[in-house]
Amino acid sequence: MANSILEMKQITKTFPGVKALDNVNLQVEKGEIHALVGENGAGKSTLMNVLSGIYPYGTYEGEILYEGEVCKFQQIKDSESKGIVIIHQELALIPYMTIGENMFLGNERGSKFNISWSETYGKADEYLKIVGLKESSKTLVKDLGIGKQQLVEIAKALAKDAKLLILDEPTASLNESDSKALLDLLLQLKKKGLTSIIISHKLNEISYVADRITVIRDGSTIETLDKNKDCISESRIIKGMVGRELTDRFPKRENKEIGAIALEIKDWNVYHPLYTERKVVDHVSMYVRKGEIVGISGLMGAGRTELAMSVFGKSYGTNITGSIEIHGKEVELKNVKAAIQHKLAYVTEDRKGNGLILSNSIKKNTTMANMEEISNHTVIDKDKEYHVACDYVKKLRTKCSSVEQNAGNLSGGNQQKVLLAKWMFANPDVLILDEPTRGIDVGAKYEIYSIMNQLVAEGKSVIMISSELPEVLGMCDRIYVMNEGRIVGMVQAEDTSQEEIMSCILKSSNG
Amino acid sequence: MDKTKLNEGMKKYTMVIALLFVTLFFTWQTGGKLLLPQNVSNLIAQNAYVFVLATGMLLCILTGGNIDLSVGSVVCFVGAIGAKLMESMGMNPVLAVIVMLVIGTLIGAWQGFWIAFVRVPPFIVTLAGMLIFRGLSNVVLNGQTESITSKGFIKIFGGGADCYIPDVFGIEEFNLTSMLLGVLACVIYVIIQVMGRRNRVKKGYATESLSAMIAKTVVICAVVLAFTYKISKYRGIPTALIWVLIVVLVYGYITSKTTTGRHFYAVGGNEKATKLSGINTDKVYFLAYCNMGFLAALAGMLTIARMTSAQPTYGQNYEMDAIGSCFIGGASAYGGVGTVAGVIIGAVLMGVINLGMSIMGVDANYQRVVKGFVLLGAVIFDVVSKKRNK
Repeated sequence: MANSILEMKQITKTFPGVKALDNVNLQVEKGEIHALVGENGAGKSTLMNVLSGIYPYGTYEGEILYEGEVCKFQQIKDSESKGIVIIHQELALIPYMTIGENMFLGNERGSKFNISWSETYGKADEYLKIVGLKESSKTLVKDLGIGKQQLVEIAKALAKDAKLLILDEPTASLNESDSKALLDLLLQLKKKGLTSIIISHKLNEISYVADRITVIRDGSTIETLDKNKDCISESRIIKGMVGRELTDRFPKRENKEIGAIALEIKDWNVYHPLYTERKVVDHVSMYVRKGEIVGISGLMGAGRTELAMSVFGKSYGTNITGSIEIHGKEVELKNVKAAIQHKLAYVTEDRKGNGLILSNSIKKNTTMANMEEISNHTVIDKDKEYHVACDYVKKLRTKCSSVEQNAGNLSGGNQQKVLLAKWMFANPDVLILDEPTRGIDVGAKYEIYSIMNQLVAEGKSVIMISSELPEVLGMCDRIYVMNEGRIVGMVQAEDTSQEEIMSCILKSSNG
Repeated sequence: MDKTKLNEGMKKYTMVIALLFVTLFFTWQTGGKLLLPQNVSNLIAQNAYVFVLATGMLLCILTGGNIDLSVGSVVCFVGAIGAKLMESMGMNPVLAVIVMLVIGTLIGAWQGFWIAFVRVPPFIVTLAGMLIFRGLSNVVLNGQTESITSKGFIKIFGGGADCYIPDVFGIEEFNLTSMLLGVLACVIYVIIQVMGRRNRVKKGYATESLSAMIAKTVVICAVVLAFTYKISKYRGIPTALIWVLIVVLVYGYITSKTTTGRHFYAVGGNEKATKLSGINTDKVYFLAYCNMGFLAALAGMLTIARMTSAQPTYGQNYEMDAIGSCFIGGASAYGGVGTVAGVIIGAVLMGVINLGMSIMGVDANYQRVVKGFVLLGAVIFDVVSKKRNK
């Protein structure tokens, strides 16, 4: 196509153990707004990281053609010098610097040894006017709301002479009117000839701004829809996003026995720990029965992890209100220790950051949440500890050289098993598993599923938080659908479909 | 033995090997003077405070590379108070010792409170403590020297001319009591090893190979016996060594065998994960600094006893000796890694370098330069070997 500004051909990117992108093709035309959609983990962000040079040339296969020439970016600076600017989901502004300083950070006006502040602020004011901000460029960024910070990011991109702007979920943390303003700005910039790629989950926004839509699923391009040729209704897009087949990727559960309610949460509210006016969990009520696997489905940022962590001994959030009943008795879990004592376990999604001590052995990690069990008046019985760790390695079939091996040297799947072992050893009745299969290969996933089945067979309850719809459908008995901090639906797994859950999520989005 | 195991073994004993080479080097350079009984004895007596402080510092460093800059000043302050109590006010030494330990612990608690519960960075809190307690030492002593005359106190804490375990046999030029204590220590060590092994075999747990165990036991006993033989030929076991041994054994046990000890490693390894495992991480920080104050008080007593006086300049740079020993001894600058045994080896290494260079007559300023490079080298080694592992 003559008008094409960017063509990514046959991009393949492999991480150890996982193929994140598999022959992805993306073609963007000059002056259009191109939307990139797909489930969490479909590979959208990876693709954009390849494009911007975060993953340098040579670490992926395939070819990038930009304005007709082949690009071999080694770092972000290389792509920026060509006018490709990416704005990440997490804003990259420095709060205690002024708008102007932020805007020209790494791109300073004047000479290297003498920054021209008059030029900095003069130019900054011009760009602020373009994006429709009335603030002075000498305002500190920390004094701006998130919506305005997002606009500063765009102004910053424009200051770099952006020709192709990539926005990764730009409206994820914005409210309705801010989102609208941002989208209108994009349309306005489009008229001036700017090309943008927008990654978003909010389909109504996409149908509002996008000219063409590329759908990515499981690391492959599925299709590209054109506004003028194809129907781009939400249900059409959803079909592309989730159209995966459910094969026997899930172990069968035999003789299900579902008993009384083990854990019930009523009217649970949580506010953000830093932005205390922001409500992250909003009037959530849910329960799980003995021997039941309950799923919580939703997109990233729906408040699922926040819900789980706030329940687990208030380890997240402020101003938490609501009640928790365990086996029908109301309890107050004021810290993690209390939660563990009430036989609750939370297996984190971030196993490296919040779960394991990577510099410690498998053995020490396994016993960490229940050291009382292996010690006598605080003196650790090391032989018993070793024995316990060996038992779990055998039981969960963790692949390791010995239990003395450091957790940091294990593969993702085996780390996950160590983390599960740690919480199984704490002997909980209710386990909350947060994205238990994220970033691990198919074989290990199957084993994790089997462990879950085994747990409920033993009469425990499992709450599984997962962004992967097939997994939720394949494993759970009941599914709560969560979006923007609220439970927006509850379905029985056997009589629902991926499409139904996805549209339940997307239709509940405001903005 | 396969290659990874060999590598692991090498890494584990790097510092022991380094210590061996450094000792050999200085023995050669000083024509054997380094290993004269008097020098070996002095090595312990002079560095007793380093061993004690480094053990306390290890707990702080374990929590995440946090250091305590105030220990030198606290040593001085506690010493000053003790000297004033015993000399100017004529307090009973036993009571004075208790008061000193309590004051040390309270200082630790004061700093620990800000660090653990208010989350003021340790560097700032202890830098402030360094200034505050140095200043207060001057105030307490009026800027003057207070000499200590209590014979019992001096002897028990390892100062003066006669600070050795008395010999009951009365043999000329050889302290048989000390030698026998050395032998006794070896016997106890062997018994513990054998009992532990038998117990493990009985319960069906994995054990290390018999030859490895025997080799390890023989080496350790040989070192202990050689060492006690040397100091027995001088005047016997310095009383300061008893304090060092108590501290090392108690803290070695706490860090390796108790849940409390495990908590220090966990916090330094991954604080968030530790918190989510139901462990009160604030309490761990608080304990680390409380304990540092306590051990600084003990080091203060050792210092004023050795000097038989208290001066407002005592304890200068002690914090650096303690921190240096920890890092040379394999404690990670990021926390979570390090052992009491390693720290002691680090402290001995520093001590040997000091002593060796002093005997050789190297200028004190060059000694500092060398020590600086040793410290930097040890940490570079730690960082680089960790990177390569990844």
